[in-house]
Order: sequence, then structure tokens, then C-alpha cells
Amino acid sequence: MTIQLNGLQVELPESVRNVEDLLKHYQLEGRIVIIELNHEIADKSKYTELSIADGDKVEMIHFVGGG
Amino acid sequence: MNTSRYSRQELFPPIGAAGQAKLKDARVLVVGAGALGTSSAEMLVRAGVGHVTMVDRDYVEWSNLQRQQLYTETDVKNKLPKAIAAQNRLMEVNSEVEITGIVLDVNGTNVEELVQNHHLILDAADNFETRLIVNDAAVQYGIPFVFGACVASYGMTFPMIPGKTPCLHCLINHLPSQNQTCDTVGVISPIVQLVTAYQVTSALKILTGNEITPSLQSFDIWKNEQAEINVSALKNKDCPTCGSNPTYPFLAYENQTKAAVLCGRNTVQIRPGLEREISLQQLAQRLKELGSEVVLNPYLVSCTFEDFRLVFFKDGRALIHGTSDTGQARAIYNRIIG
Repeated sequence: MTIQLNGLQVELPESVRNVEDLLKHYQLEGRIVIIELNHEIADKSKYTELSIADGDKVEMIHFVGGG
Repeated sequence: MNTSRYSRQELFPPIGAAGQAKLKDARVLVVGAGALGTSSAEMLVRAGVGHVTMVDRDYVEWSNLQRQQLYTETDVKNKLPKAIAAQNRLMEVNSEVEITGIVLDVNGTNVEELVQNHHLILDAADNFETRLIVNDAAVQYGIPFVFGACVASYGMTFPMIPGKTPCLHCLINHLPSQNQTCDTVGVISPIVQLVTAYQVTSALKILTGNEITPSLQSFDIWKNEQAEINVSALKNKDCPTCGSNPTYPFLAYENQTKAAVLCGRNTVQIRPGLEREISLQQLAQRLKELGSEVVLNPYLVSCTFEDFRLVFFKDGRALIHGTSDTGQARAIYNRIIG
């Protein structure tokens, strides 16, 4: 599956089916992350229900603390 | 041709002479005088912001010089506090503006006095707790707060306008358990400059009365990747900081991280005020990668770090052996845990 992630085309393995899987794939589970799926902010309580499909447009921002 | 100091900025139509006059009357607080703080402050001072206050708890070290642009080798040799070294350099850059350097560990008890009389706050802290404390005070006093953070080649920014945009607490609803910090995964100077470029642009827009977009933005300058999310929908009407019944939880004494000197042991105990579970295994792994001697058991991680010996417990508590200075101990804690 190919999606547009943060403006770049990325190829995802078959195992990534929903937003939760996407976070795991990028090792961001448990971190503070805000995700926009096709121009709508994803509800944190629904990450496993929100499926990801070919051609989806995802913006994913994780928080860091340095400065 | 106009050769006056701010002529090029006044020629820029969204600012103009009227905007420049507003900048002259503006008072900006920069929280933190590390990489982000020194970069932002230099831009603000060159831009003619009339009063810049810088606050920081740390002193200048060799490992700062790679990216903290206001400091020199002489500052390191003299072990000058960052707030003072920054003030000295900024006064050389622009003698027409007022600069105040304050050596202080910002916490929920002293932050209110600090933020008052400022029109805008620029975030340059190195940890989430300080940011959420400043966010509480900014919302309480109605002061715009421009968030910024970076590690490695990745950075992010968000301009928070009280009453208009979500606040930082709406976006981060708890203290993250464990974070990458500049001391554990490093940082390169270009991402610092990119984040502060956006932060100072937001500051100039707000101070001169231009509109800003409530966008959370992130950048990875090494991967050439960026993201932007309009976070208006995340404004939480029940937010304990900016909701309809605010309690400003990060200003409450019981929620603050406490540092206590353990008598006669040359040790400081750091105890987080809010629950903060640490993954000991992940922490041990990262410390090993840094070349530290690490002991891990089911209850704690013990390691060496610079001249100190550190012990971290699962509940976020830590013992910093080798110092009786609570400010220094807090700084070390934040450098490792974030």
C-alpha cells in the first residue's frame, strides 16, 4: 500500500491496516502524536478502528521535548 | 536610500513603520537560553523588540557551543550562567533595546511573576513540564505563547493564542513518560534555526497585529520532510488550563516536580509531582548507547553520567549523586528524561 505521509509517498507493509498499526510501524506507540487522516484529525480512542487505505493522505506529528 | 537600523524590516509591507513602532514597545519573554533561546533572542533583539527577558537555570558548557549561538569559549571558561552570557552578547548586538537576563529555575511558584508585563512568550525550554507550567501561566494572563522544540534533525512549533487556539495542554494531555532529548539522541544546529525561524516569524506576526494560522508544524530537516495540522478542532472546552473552569494544574504546588537534598550524601532526590512511569529497559538501553556504565534490575536503573551517578526508579523518581545543587540536579534529570 502506498500513502502520502507528511507530503512524501511511502510504501507500507501489508501488516499496517489502521492508525494504531501505523504508529507501531514508526515506533511511535505510547508517544504523544497528533494524526490527521485525509484532512481530519484522528480521534485517539479510535486508532484501531480507523483503517488506512491505498492513496490516503496522512499528516503525523510527534512531540519532542528538547530545545 | 534609507540606511537606518530597521529600514529593511520597515520596507517589508506587513510590518512597515507602524509595525516597527509596535515592536519597539513590545516586551518578550524567552524561556530557556539554550539552542532555541539564543537563536530566537538574537533575532528579536536585531529586529528591535524593545524589551527581551531571558530566563535560564544553567551555565555555559563546551557541548553548548556547537549550536547555542550567543556563547563563546570565554563564557565556558568563566562558567557564566547562560542568562548572563546571553544578556552580555545581546547588549553588544543592540544597545538600543533593553535586555534582562534572569538566572532562575522556572517552576509553578515563580512563573506568574515572571510572565507578567510581557506581551509574548517564546518557548525555548528543554522539557515538557516547564512548557506546561509556562502554558498555564500564559493562558491565565492572556499572553500568546509560541511553542517550539527540537531533537536530532526533527523540530516542531505551534503558536498558542489564549482564547483563540487550543492551548498546549489541549494538545498534550499528560506529561510524556519518556522522551528523546538532545543529550540522548543529539541535535544538529540547522533544525534549531528552522524551528526558531518559524517561532520568531509567528512572534513578529502577533506583535505587529498580523493574523496567524493555528497550525502545529513539524520538520525533519535531514529527511527533508514536513507536516502541518490545523489543530483548531482540538480545543478542549473542559481543558483544565484553557477550558471553562480552569484550575491551572501545573501551577499547583502538589503537581510540581520536587527536588530535595539528601543530607550529608551529596545527593539530590528528584520526585515528579505527576505520575510518570518510566520504561527502565528503554532508558537503560539508551544510556548504554551513550557509553554509560549501566546497572538494570526490575526496580531501578543506575548509571554514570558525566561526573555524576544517577539512579532512576520506575515511578519517575531519581537520585542524582555527586551534587547538592537542586537546580543542577533538575537540569540533569531533564537532560536524560526530558
